[in-house]
Amino acid sequence: MKTDLITSLYVFMLAGFIGFEVIRRVSPLLHTPLMSLTNALDAIAVVGAILLAGEHKSTLSTVLGTIAIVAATSNVVGGFLITDRMLKMFKASRSPKP
Amino acid sequence: MTSFPSADIIIQITYLIATALFILSLKWMSSPTTARHGVWAGELGMLLAVAGTLLNRGIVDYKWVAIALVLGTIIGVPLGKVQMTAVPQRTALSHAFGALCVTLVGTAEFYLRAPNVPRFMMSVLSMEVILGSLTFTGSLMAAGKLQEILDQRPITYKGQNIVNLGMLAASVGVAAYLVIHPDHTYLFPIILVIPLLFGMMMIVPIGGADMPTVISLLNSYAGLSAAAMGFVLDSKLLIVAGALDGASGLILSVNMSKAMNRSFSNVLFGAFGQEQIASKGGKEERPVRSATPEEAAGILAAASKVVIVPGYGMAVAQAQHKVRELYDNLTKRGVDVKFGIHPVAGRMPGHMNVLLAEADIPYDKLLDMEEINGEFPQTDVALIIGANDVTNPAARTDASSPIFGMPILDVDKARTVMVIKRSMGAGFAGIDNPLYYLDKTLMLFGDAKSFVGSIVRELSGGGTHG
Repeated sequence: MKTDLITSLYVFMLAGFIGFEVIRRVSPLLHTPLMSLTNALDAIAVVGAILLAGEHKSTLSTVLGTIAIVAATSNVVGGFLITDRMLKMFKASRSPKP
Repeated sequence: MTSFPSADIIIQITYLIATALFILSLKWMSSPTTARHGVWAGELGMLLAVAGTLLNRGIVDYKWVAIALVLGTIIGVPLGKVQMTAVPQRTALSHAFGALCVTLVGTAEFYLRAPNVPRFMMSVLSMEVILGSLTFTGSLMAAGKLQEILDQRPITYKGQNIVNLGMLAASVGVAAYLVIHPDHTYLFPIILVIPLLFGMMMIVPIGGADMPTVISLLNSYAGLSAAAMGFVLDSKLLIVAGALDGASGLILSVNMSKAMNRSFSNVLFGAFGQEQIASKGGKEERPVRSATPEEAAGILAAASKVVIVPGYGMAVAQAQHKVRELYDNLTKRGVDVKFGIHPVAGRMPGHMNVLLAEADIPYDKLLDMEEINGEFPQTDVALIIGANDVTNPAARTDASSPIFGMPILDVDKARTVMVIKRSMGAGFAGIDNPLYYLDKTLMLFGDAKSFVGSIVRELSGGGTHG
């Protein structure tokens, strides 16, 4: 358990650094879609909610888990949909005019 | 856990691949040419992770899971199809949903494990629940203000910061006590309820102009609470996703606070609305020059380089499509038209870019502050549509101005400045803008959409064969 914890902290730290380096490179042009995309990715929390609702350990946990799945799924679906819609709109100039 | 080792391995591998795909997804967001691949990578990763999770042998009942997945999809689809102008409130709402999920899972996990919760577990669980619940109500409030269900004006009162910090300290204190005495389960609701209240109180002093910072900060909180949930569930995938989201929100918050000349601690402690009270002294009537659409059209047609500076006013007036017509008309005449976009223009980071992209303006014409500022001295006309404080030269020159030091678009360096504005009323922050009194400035009074429309009519009617 203790080593697991340390491993998790390492993972968190490394992911934080990767996050900073990767996201620093995102152009301000795309900051709105970036936010909706990270929001959709963040909704991976649905995984925890699915286990909670499915394992049926207590009525409370099933109820809370079910509501949590609804909330997270709506973020996944809505987040990816709107991000893609936004990105589709970004077009370069057709051809540089002479 | 009753899952067989083989299934367990498959699940872990789907999580590992999903983690890689999530990182790639964000990496591809760095350029508009690859960004859509990023969405696909994210979707694939999500699909894999969810499918992997459903394989888990611990799941004894799929009924509620299935119902909830369907229901979430039914809610999610319309949220993915909102109008582009509603994107800021949609984003705030989705932060609320994400935080709700995290908070509910955290609460359930506590009651499943109590009273024997190890100390580290209790610490991350408290963090998860505190961050989750304050983000939930905070984001709902922000969405309400953006949707104008709630009053957009900041509400401040004496001792506000003390009240807010006190609430935060109280919940952290109770959480610390729970870490040491996890058997006092009756205390747990306190670390739910106080942060719920705190989230609301945190947004009360926030005005519209502060929204880009606040949304970014809530984004970061939502990510960190998900990462904390990853620690509780021992899910590396969730830790990574939460850390990425937290880092993203943090970077955006720092960007926004820099663009508003606020210190980062000022942002972190949520003391946003404070500097709004501007000195309204010295309000003498100074002469301004105004112009008609006809005159404006003439000047624009004669220019060889035009920079358009959009602000929230353009979004409010829904003028972006008219602006596009103006862009087309001028480009056809051989005028070089670009857009200069301040980081805090609009209600969330990147807001203006999305609206202009929706109006079909090529993204390579949308330049951020640092890129465009060097070009103003060579610019014939800077046309400002619905922006105010971000163009205020007092930020550069007047040390007594409340916005002194804020990075601005140097529109006053262009040969001619044209400002479309409803009236001479002060901007959102209530600060007078000396730009309007310059000799080179022409005020175009009217509604942004109809004024730009009139200019376009003049241009296409007046000199089609010019």
